[in-house]
Amino acid sequence: MAAEQFVVLAGAEEHALTKLADYREAGGFEALAKARLMEPAQVVQEILDSGLRGRGGAFFPTGRKASFLAKGTGKPTYLVVNADESEPGTFKDREIMFRVPHRLIEGCLITAHAIECERVFIYIRGEYLTEFEILRAALEEVRGADLLGGVTVVLHRGAGAYICGEETALLESLEGKRGQPRTKPPFPAIAGLYASPSLINNVETIATVPKIVELGAKEYAKIGVPPDSSGTRVFSLSGNVVNGGNYELPMGVTLRELIYDLGGGIPGGRQLKAVIPGGSSVPVLTADQIDVPLDAHSMAEAGSMLGSGAIIVMDDRCCMVQLGLRVAQFYMHESCGKCTPCREGTRWMVQILEAIEAGTASEGELELLLDVCDRILGKCLCPLGDAAAMPVASYIDKFRIEFQEHLESGCPMRGESTLEHVLAPVDQHTHDPVAEVPA
Amino acid sequence: MNAQEKTLYDEIQEIRALYPVSRSATLPALRLAQERYGWLSPDAFRSVADALDETPAYCMSVASFYDMYHLKPVGRHLVEVCTNVSCALVGAQQVLEAFQSELGVHAGETTEDGEVTLRTVECAGGCGWGTVVAVDHRYREPVRAEDVPAIVEELRRGR
Repeated sequence: MAAEQFVVLAGAEEHALTKLADYREAGGFEALAKARLMEPAQVVQEILDSGLRGRGGAFFPTGRKASFLAKGTGKPTYLVVNADESEPGTFKDREIMFRVPHRLIEGCLITAHAIECERVFIYIRGEYLTEFEILRAALEEVRGADLLGGVTVVLHRGAGAYICGEETALLESLEGKRGQPRTKPPFPAIAGLYASPSLINNVETIATVPKIVELGAKEYAKIGVPPDSSGTRVFSLSGNVVNGGNYELPMGVTLRELIYDLGGGIPGGRQLKAVIPGGSSVPVLTADQIDVPLDAHSMAEAGSMLGSGAIIVMDDRCCMVQLGLRVAQFYMHESCGKCTPCREGTRWMVQILEAIEAGTASEGELELLLDVCDRILGKCLCPLGDAAAMPVASYIDKFRIEFQEHLESGCPMRGESTLEHVLAPVDQHTHDPVAEVPA
Repeated sequence: MNAQEKTLYDEIQEIRALYPVSRSATLPALRLAQERYGWLSPDAFRSVADALDETPAYCMSVASFYDMYHLKPVGRHLVEVCTNVSCALVGAQQVLEAFQSELGVHAGETTEDGEVTLRTVECAGGCGWGTVVAVDHRYREPVRAEDVPAIVEELRRGR
């Protein structure tokens, strides 16, 4: 039976470690002291050797990303922590900030040393008020204990925009602009925040760094499924499952172990229908695919991705057309509007899915929907368009019969689906601009 | 310039000093102004613009991108119900309907007495403990339809 393995959340198994003294008792800040005795390049090498990959969803090797940073530009280097967690189904970074805020700060300070940076920005999603307060208090304690070592850490709160989790949109937002992604190149490692070399890493990634320094890269790399999926992930489990919540597990545990052994299975004696394994933007898996291990290679072979590590479980009452509609509504709402395939395509997806769900779509519209998805995939500036098209195309692929039934005789669930009357947020910004522009 | 505005101005200057480029203070300054004015009124935009050496139009162009800024007046209390997939799978619709019937307003509306604004939001990040409801930005997890009358009663009593 799979068991949790606490690396990022170590020491906080029973209670949140929100006091510096408690964190230090659990060995906190020893890794920082150790790292500061090492040459910066040596710390980057440790991160490289550990096999750590980005935990935000892209899974890019963290050490390599750090090694891309431009040197000798005469400009400061910035570290930006992406705490703008908002991929539907994901709530792990919130748990990390809530339970081990000092570990995130320690990770920032170690990484700052590694990349020779004096200013760190933590961009935390605006809705996470409690976590912001916890992090602010932890930062005050660290400052009071003289541990910052000349590094300035600024907590910057977002204001409600999913797209700001995309790293260049995040930089725009941090610069006080609308959060629209930039064209790449230049990559942030060359020209990021304020056109300076910048490293942007997810909360979980940075919070793993102290443990890598503490254990040593070699030991850390043995956890999970080396060489590509070393380490643990804090998996967020939600949907139709008995014990929803976050579970830190070595990569390689199967979906079945997570859902049934740790998650307690499906409530109410229902049958499992489908699983989203990495946040709402990844392709769906069917009930007969849950023996796939949660590691990058196995997930790719199964036709999906680990993404942000968010597992959404759906039982047999979930209408897949409604699921597609709700997912498409989300990405339509969050599309920044900068590039056409995403801005227009997500709207087309919603309209066609509404017609399919209502039973008014013609046979050709299912093909039209797939065609729209195809015209979005790989044709946008940032991954948001793909995030809408990829999952919806997978629902049609895996549940084509259900889509066909909708075309022939309307929703087969006959009003009994758990997602019935799926409600996208009403537009908060419908207003009369003329009446409100300040004179 | 009245005393309240001066404080806001000073507070924005403090935030501005945290960043190498002052425009970076736009989001936090808008948040502060919204807390002071209750919403981002024309006066609020003017105050932020003055404090940051930006134009009100620029500040509005930024604010209109983000969901947490109120471009219209809202109630004294804000109730936000997450209706994204994980919460919807476990009854977000029923929770929202319970709020609508208890408050007598639809999502996106404010009660007639100006006390409570009800709205639906995208994934709040509490998926394992759905349905997530944020009451004045504090998460309640999980909320079931039967918990709603007590939450509304609490708001009505002004706690």
